[in-house]
Amino acid sequence: MSRTALWLTIVGMGLVTYAIRLSVIALLGRVELPPNFQRALRFVPPAVLSAIIFPEILRPGGTFYFSPANPRLIAGLIAGLVAWRTKNVLLTIAAGMVALWILQAIR
Amino acid sequence: MAMSSILFAGSAQFVVTQLFATGTPGLVIVLTAAVVNLRHMLYSASVAPYLRRLGPAWKGLLAYLLTDEAYAVGIIRYRRGPENGHGHWHLLGAGLALWTTWQLSTAAGIFLGSQVPASWSLDFTLALTFIALVVPALEDRPDVVAALAAGGVALLAADWPYKTGLLAAALTGIVAGLYAARWAAGHPDRRKATNKTPPERP
Repeated sequence: MSRTALWLTIVGMGLVTYAIRLSVIALLGRVELPPNFQRALRFVPPAVLSAIIFPEILRPGGTFYFSPANPRLIAGLIAGLVAWRTKNVLLTIAAGMVALWILQAIR
Repeated sequence: MAMSSILFAGSAQFVVTQLFATGTPGLVIVLTAAVVNLRHMLYSASVAPYLRRLGPAWKGLLAYLLTDEAYAVGIIRYRRGPENGHGHWHLLGAGLALWTTWQLSTAAGIFLGSQVPASWSLDFTLALTFIALVVPALEDRPDVVAALAAGGVALLAADWPYKTGLLAAALTGIVAGLYAARWAAGHPDRRKATNKTPPERP
């Protein structure tokens, strides 16, 4: 990719992202969002975040790794449990990383 | 560094960095960033009523700073109690703190990134952060259905070119969630069950 194309792409992404974030804040009171669209929006966070999480854990480096010996799977499960119980972001990350390091060390 | 200040969106930056490395056409990259950041429209819709009385400059600035984390911190404050008129300062503070940390970390990453040993597995913090955000957000069965459907498709489609698997997975998850919600709503006796389900792990 050329330098110009690279910059155009970055600026394009910035504009699109900004437009998405500003959209409803700017439009509220002027237009009403279609109810179907509002219903669909609700599922965007769980869908997008899970779509990033699953391959990171079960397909690290591109190859499937469905096994209790997969340290990322166990560490991810522990982090999920901590997140569910505490709803604490820092604690979840800390628990997951410590679990991963321990599992990698004892292998 | 330019991406960090212009985009200011971690998940999208993480994904598109891989796309740049594999020579993906610019339009596909912009489209991918749009879908990954589509969830911010939900945040926008969610905070909009609280920002209603603010001027355009405030709205414009807060929209730029509206990331997952700033939203999570800000909306808790807004929902906690009666609005005292200073909630937007709180949101601004959270946004600016995140922005500053983000820029400094990006600079550190550029200079130190190649020196961090792979064995530290710092890349895993991305998945952990998203687990921390998504698990408490799974409030009922349709949410869980959406998460599992998207996760499953993402796994199978992880090797599709240009991360199109991510787009397919997100759309599948949204549609699955909509169907699950409709199924639950059509059966009043099931509606009760949709409110109390232990969130499943993604």
